Amino acid sequence: METIAIPVINFAPIMPEIILSIFAMALLLVNVFVPSEHKAYLGYLSLVGIIITGFTLIGGWGNPVASFNDSVVQDNFALFFKGIFLLTVGMTILISDQYFKREECNLGELYPLLLFATVGMMLMASGTDLMTIFLGLEVLSVSLYVLAGLNRASLKSNEAGLKYFLLGAFSTGFLLYGMALTYGATGTTRVVKIAEYVAQNSAVAQNPLFVIGMLLMAVGFSFKIAAAPFHMWTPDVYEGAPTPMTAFMSAGPKAAGFAAFMRVAIIAFPSLKADWSDLLWILAVLTMTVGNLIALNQDNIKRMLAYSSIAHAGYALVGFTAGNAEGTAGILFYMLSYAFMNIGAFAIIILVGKKGEANNNVMDYAGFGTKHPVLALAMAVFLFSLAGMPPTAGFIGKFYLFSGAVKAGYVWLAIIGVLNSAASVYYYLRVMVYMYMKDPVEEFDWMKLTPAVAICIIIAVVGVLLPGVVPAFLLNLAQQAVLL
Amino acid sequence: MSQFPLISVMTFLPLLGVVLLFFVPKQSHSAQRGLALLVSLVTFVVSLPLVTGFQSNAEFQFVEKVPWIAAGPFQMNYHVAIDGISIWLVILTTFMMPIAILSTWTAVETKVKEYMICLLLLEVGMLGAFISLDLFLFYIFWEVMLIPMYFIIGIWGGKNKIYAAVKFFIYTMVGSLLMLVALIVLYFKAGAGDFTVLRFYELSLDPVTQTWMFLAFALAFAIKVPMFPLHTWLPDAHTEAPTAGSVILAAVLLKMGTYGFVRFAMPLFPDATAQFTPLIAVLSVIGIVYAALVAMVQEDVKKLVAYSSVAHLGYVMLGVFALNIQGLSGGMLQMLNHGVSTGALFLIVGFIYERRHTRLITDFGGLAKQMPIFATIFMIVTLSSIGLPGTNGFVGEFLILIGAYESELRWYAVIGTSGVILAAVYMLWMFQRVMFGELTNPKNQTLTDLNAREIAIMLPLVVLIFVMGVYPTPFIDKMNPSLEKLIVHVKSKQTAKAQIPQIPAPQALPAAVLPVEHK
Repeated sequence: METIAIPVINFAPIMPEIILSIFAMALLLVNVFVPSEHKAYLGYLSLVGIIITGFTLIGGWGNPVASFNDSVVQDNFALFFKGIFLLTVGMTILISDQYFKREECNLGELYPLLLFATVGMMLMASGTDLMTIFLGLEVLSVSLYVLAGLNRASLKSNEAGLKYFLLGAFSTGFLLYGMALTYGATGTTRVVKIAEYVAQNSAVAQNPLFVIGMLLMAVGFSFKIAAAPFHMWTPDVYEGAPTPMTAFMSAGPKAAGFAAFMRVAIIAFPSLKADWSDLLWILAVLTMTVGNLIALNQDNIKRMLAYSSIAHAGYALVGFTAGNAEGTAGILFYMLSYAFMNIGAFAIIILVGKKGEANNNVMDYAGFGTKHPVLALAMAVFLFSLAGMPPTAGFIGKFYLFSGAVKAGYVWLAIIGVLNSAASVYYYLRVMVYMYMKDPVEEFDWMKLTPAVAICIIIAVVGVLLPGVVPAFLLNLAQQAVLL
Repeated sequence: MSQFPLISVMTFLPLLGVVLLFFVPKQSHSAQRGLALLVSLVTFVVSLPLVTGFQSNAEFQFVEKVPWIAAGPFQMNYHVAIDGISIWLVILTTFMMPIAILSTWTAVETKVKEYMICLLLLEVGMLGAFISLDLFLFYIFWEVMLIPMYFIIGIWGGKNKIYAAVKFFIYTMVGSLLMLVALIVLYFKAGAGDFTVLRFYELSLDPVTQTWMFLAFALAFAIKVPMFPLHTWLPDAHTEAPTAGSVILAAVLLKMGTYGFVRFAMPLFPDATAQFTPLIAVLSVIGIVYAALVAMVQEDVKKLVAYSSVAHLGYVMLGVFALNIQGLSGGMLQMLNHGVSTGALFLIVGFIYERRHTRLITDFGGLAKQMPIFATIFMIVTLSSIGLPGTNGFVGEFLILIGAYESELRWYAVIGTSGVILAAVYMLWMFQRVMFGELTNPKNQTLTDLNAREIAIMLPLVVLIFVMGVYPTPFIDKMNPSLEKLIVHVKSKQTAKAQIPQIPAPQALPAAVLPVEHK
């Protein structure tokens, strides 16, 4: 009888995933014994898990380790993104409890689901095999479908969950089909092997199987990062989903989508850079313009930020199009900054909102600056950062992205980018107009700033302003983490 | 860097004031006003050694250079200094700020703390933009200025404040973002190194690149100046802004644009400067005449003064682009003059608005009898704005017109001179309708003359009007060496291009023999 040789597996690269999964499963069990008014404890427990995971990341910096037959790798690129994911999920947990208490939807499942989603995102960032990436994406997506529809009593939340599920499944189909075709054309699913194959057989670039596969993968990823014209699901889902989940979805999964997209495009198809750069050019322009133009006349602030998040994916695509070290480092830096500023803004939205997702219109912010000057100031900081004003991280990020584009010769793309950014100023200013320049209509007396939300806002403000003034440290980390 | 970082202390002192203001209780308005005034006065005092210690030569002085961001291909430094071009603008800023703050004493009653914070932040931004030699640093200060000004107009402004504030912000933002792209292009053209503008001065860019980059920079600056036809935000912003906002906007913020041309657009892109000089001269002259005509028919005093600003800045641009020493020093001097006299005019408008809550010319008439001190000061400022000999306005305009006449812009100068007459018409006519005649409106019969605080605000400005009008030499002496250097730099790079032999080099010659492009 033949003995099956069990390969020696190095678990180090997926240590963060393992720890988080253990915490998630444990929380599922513990959840049963925690009464519904104390679900916050589950949140604290998950924060412990997140912090422990965070510590395991630090040691890996600078020594990439691959494992599972080269289907996962823990390199600087993956580590940087894992950092973003942990930050995103941590901040989301900080703002979740208050929201779900208010909406009387205290479900303990929230926390394990968030952790599972994070595990999925991490796998997407470290996956070096199309299958691992797909696996991560599915773990993430399935958790997100549930999270979007978490508020069972709310029709809108249900709608968001269902819509997200249907369109998400559709896009997953595209992605999987693309992967299958690529496998058919190249005979492998390892991104490195695909690159080798393409380099050795330049004829494959003309193979329709391969070209369609590449395109379908691009479509699938574009869905995930909500790039126009594959963005249709975003506004409805972002508006309907519980606000903390919107915050999470706009920052984490988008970054994960970029991580996977970049790994595949940059590692697997480097010799075809000219081809996918042309494609990304169009995507970038469409995404920025569509997002910003539609955001201009949104009254619901969640919907406005949803469109704005489409536009921000467009800015990141500018760096992606450039495809050089500055551009890709810009994406990394921008995704991190975006997590800070966007979740910060959503934290304020949660505070201002009332039960049943009421009070979410821009007009409802009238006089907010008079009644709550400090919180309004924080909101102003986030909005200015989203608009790309110095001295905030948002400005440095955009500067880097557009520099990458200019360096790679895409000056027109950079110009379209900055013009978009100028247009976006209008809708961010609109919120500030209501906050500061209109007289208060309401007293904002229902607002209750819990310590958890306050901590989240403080983290976000520091995360926006500090890299805005002294960005060198984070920029250098991002620069070390690029794949090139 | 053993010397005392005077420039940085001056620039960031107002920021300290902002931090201190956070700790002042919300209700104690007088403490907030007092603190802001004190901080701005200390800033002014700190800025004075810059003048006394300034050597009248073309070098950058009080230089501070500290590495700031080093990431990827980029190297940004905190590199600040002053020279003859920036010194008086810095002093103008620190000088106008206490005056602006003092003018708000009774005008602003709501959110005093926030108002003071905005004003002080604005001062940091303006000073920072004038002192930065690192282009990236300059850009940051340039943009940061927008935020407090936006709030000043939008929160404490008049009826139409939101429209004016948003228009101001977006107009300026569009221009500056294109400048940002040009700045990045410039950096990559220069190759690895830092962002200091001195390094970019040495580049020899090809004319096509220069054209595009000049357009991007010039758009940003022309919006700020503002040049016709990009001036439409200015009347709105001025009319809606509270007095202190208008004063700072007119006195300092508009100078950012002209300063930007002198410091960046012209020396960086000499060929494009030559290429665009006719266009800019045309727009300047249109601005001078058009704004004067529009000012003539204004019913609102403040709007009239706002349009007069457009005309005045038209002169500055004309002088600067004459690119000779008379024109440039006249332009620089006119920037200061405009800061002083138009700042003073906005203060005056503020005084009567505070008393009557109207700015319509028809609501007034005969105020001179009721308010003799006010009338005297108003008269002096009006004459200075017109450019009467003996006041500051005369020296600047005279130099500009001489400079332009001596240069290739001769005929523009001739047309521009008509603006001087038009200015006399609209200013004096307005003055006559407001101050002379019968005191018919009963509401005006109870008006009180200026109080001690208001006189204290105006006194330094009136003194300056005469000092700069009678004895402008110290001002000109300090800036002329830098301006001369600038002219030599721009002209030499323009001619250097022209001197390059146009004969195609023979293929057989080895590369070493070929004429080397002049640096």
